[in-house]
Amino acid sequence: MKKVTLAHGNGGAENQELISKVFYKAFENEILAKSEDAAIIDNGRLAFTTDSFTVSPIFFNGADIGKLSICGTCNDLAMMGAKPKYLTCSVIIEEGFEVDKLETIVNSMKIELEKNGAKVVSGDTKVVPKGSVDKIFINTTGIGEVQKEGISSNKVSTDDVIIVSRDIGAHGATIFASREGMDMNTDLQSDCASLWPQVEALINENINITALRDATRGGLSAVLNEWAVQSDICIEVNEEAVPVKDEVKGLCELLGFEAMSLANEGTFVLAVKKEDAKKAIEVLSSFENSSNASIIADVTKQYDKKVVLNSPWGTKRFLELPTGELLPRIC
Amino acid sequence: MEKELELNDLYDGFRNPEVMKAYAKLIEEDASKLDKTINIMEVCGGHTHTIMKYGVPQLLPSNINFIHGPGCPVCVMPKDKIDSAYALAMQEDIILVTLGDMIKVPGSNGSLQDARSKGADVRFVYSPMDCIKIADENPSKTVVFFAIGFETTTPMTCSLLKTVIAKDMKNLYFHVNHVTVPEVMEVLVQSDDCKIDAFLGPSHVSVISGSKIYEPFPKKYNKPVVVSGFEPVDVMQSIHMLIRQFVENRSDLEVEYKRLVSFEGNLKAQEMIDTYLKKVTFKFRGVGEVPLSGYDLKDEFDKYNAKVIYEKILPKETPKENKACKCPEILKGVAKPTDCKIFGNVCTPTNPVGSCMVSSEGACAAYYKYGNLLK
Repeated sequence: MKKVTLAHGNGGAENQELISKVFYKAFENEILAKSEDAAIIDNGRLAFTTDSFTVSPIFFNGADIGKLSICGTCNDLAMMGAKPKYLTCSVIIEEGFEVDKLETIVNSMKIELEKNGAKVVSGDTKVVPKGSVDKIFINTTGIGEVQKEGISSNKVSTDDVIIVSRDIGAHGATIFASREGMDMNTDLQSDCASLWPQVEALINENINITALRDATRGGLSAVLNEWAVQSDICIEVNEEAVPVKDEVKGLCELLGFEAMSLANEGTFVLAVKKEDAKKAIEVLSSFENSSNASIIADVTKQYDKKVVLNSPWGTKRFLELPTGELLPRIC
Repeated sequence: MEKELELNDLYDGFRNPEVMKAYAKLIEEDASKLDKTINIMEVCGGHTHTIMKYGVPQLLPSNINFIHGPGCPVCVMPKDKIDSAYALAMQEDIILVTLGDMIKVPGSNGSLQDARSKGADVRFVYSPMDCIKIADENPSKTVVFFAIGFETTTPMTCSLLKTVIAKDMKNLYFHVNHVTVPEVMEVLVQSDDCKIDAFLGPSHVSVISGSKIYEPFPKKYNKPVVVSGFEPVDVMQSIHMLIRQFVENRSDLEVEYKRLVSFEGNLKAQEMIDTYLKKVTFKFRGVGEVPLSGYDLKDEFDKYNAKVIYEKILPKETPKENKACKCPEILKGVAKPTDCKIFGNVCTPTNPVGSCMVSSEGACAAYYKYGNLLK
């Protein structure tokens, strides 16, 4: 690894290598080492996270960069069982950017903040010469109040089953289909959504949640691989049970992608105690965004730190972390 | 009212678990009647990918063995061609356009991806026709289309040239590196270390060229061929068709992918290829020079040929290959990726040494990604 390439931002193997060899090495501390969606600070009371958004195109079916920037950070908090409360918003704008587009983006942010019951309480604006950034980059940082303690991707065990909240890959597929040059006619929409309402409902129903993670860059495959490593377990996925929309499957067929590696912005993965799995599905199914939630995998000890994909005809293979330059900027 | 064709109709039936299991049983029954191992070469990297991704070997008896062939356009590209692409990309006024994985293959000075990180304008497209838009939007630059691929992508390059001529475009040139399947297959079956007993022929090639291109293999060389689709059920059915031939002591050319393949192929596409391109010798990576296995623009289109226009800046010397890399043997079907000492340790998809690890259709990449649980 001598130079940073686009592959280093893929949410997969190269991305992890860059983070661990450069950032974790320098910033090493016990909170960061847990590698959770958000850091748990203040004696477990608060969750704290940050994310930058550089998606291209900035407006796409189902959302825009503004909605994405609030969902992304609030969802990282929600994944630690924390209610999103306070956000900062830092914007880098390319000279020449239209103000009415900026207003549309900021309005999307406002609507999404309301859904989370969160506020932007501090911010920063920079304008840079044309060509220095691609239109607009947004960074949001968030603090949330932990409502349920102990959710951790380091604690998944054979007492758990794995659930996915809805069909996978819609965001990645939408962004790819709307890329310049693709000229694809599709009704596909990004799954971009705030997940706190679902998480709150699960907590209120006393579902025994071990771990939660939104399947953003690197998709379902990255989440499951990270959990397998962090919790020292084997995750055995029933391939048939993983919900994927036909349009997403079609795009994957066309372009040679795997839906399991495509990004999501409103889909999360849950590890819940076996006895609570049915109830968790019931709770999730009551939400439009997660009406097709499914139990997709068992946790075993068959292969250490590995994800196994079981095909409907009885063959199996490892589901590896995505590698290489998958997509242009997706979040 | 007739039901409209839906997207999932295109693959659902061809991934049906019951059909897969039924074919596994039929193959097992027939293979048990044979007293030898049958080595089937899947010529195309797309088939390698299907075989590995869907765990096909796990469904087959131990006397059926796959040999991976030289049918991945990225894998067979020799280093000197990549060096040419690199040299073109590093010219200030050139936008180099190519297809997918090509940008990741390492050349003597690095890959096209490396050239891009040094400031070169390298782009990849899914359709060669996208070059028109790039050239129109960049009138002060020259677009060079680095054309790669077997019979399947060749007509698209011709179609692009036809449009360039019709529009009288002055800033779009071609560096043509198209190759054809049968000639390299012939070199393989004639080699002394050939272990191939039968071929799975790539269906998409025959959609263009017809099944006729495989006729010599069963007739002249006694190697059965089944032209197969790429879905897992297609592959299982094709394997069964091949094994049946051995049970019945036949050597025939058969088509499993009857959905689109005819004996003659797409005559319009063939005519277009004949209009713009001429057959030339191509140096396949690993296999070496194969007469009449490649295409270049006909002389009358020299003014669009980047090899002619940029002759002075294109490298002349033959680059050295990494001696530890077994890509040549793998492409010839005499070694498996796991026979290579650097497979999976020095050479990975993140840091590919050889082209077979670069392309998602490459045998090494397929083994690396899907192969860990194979028997």
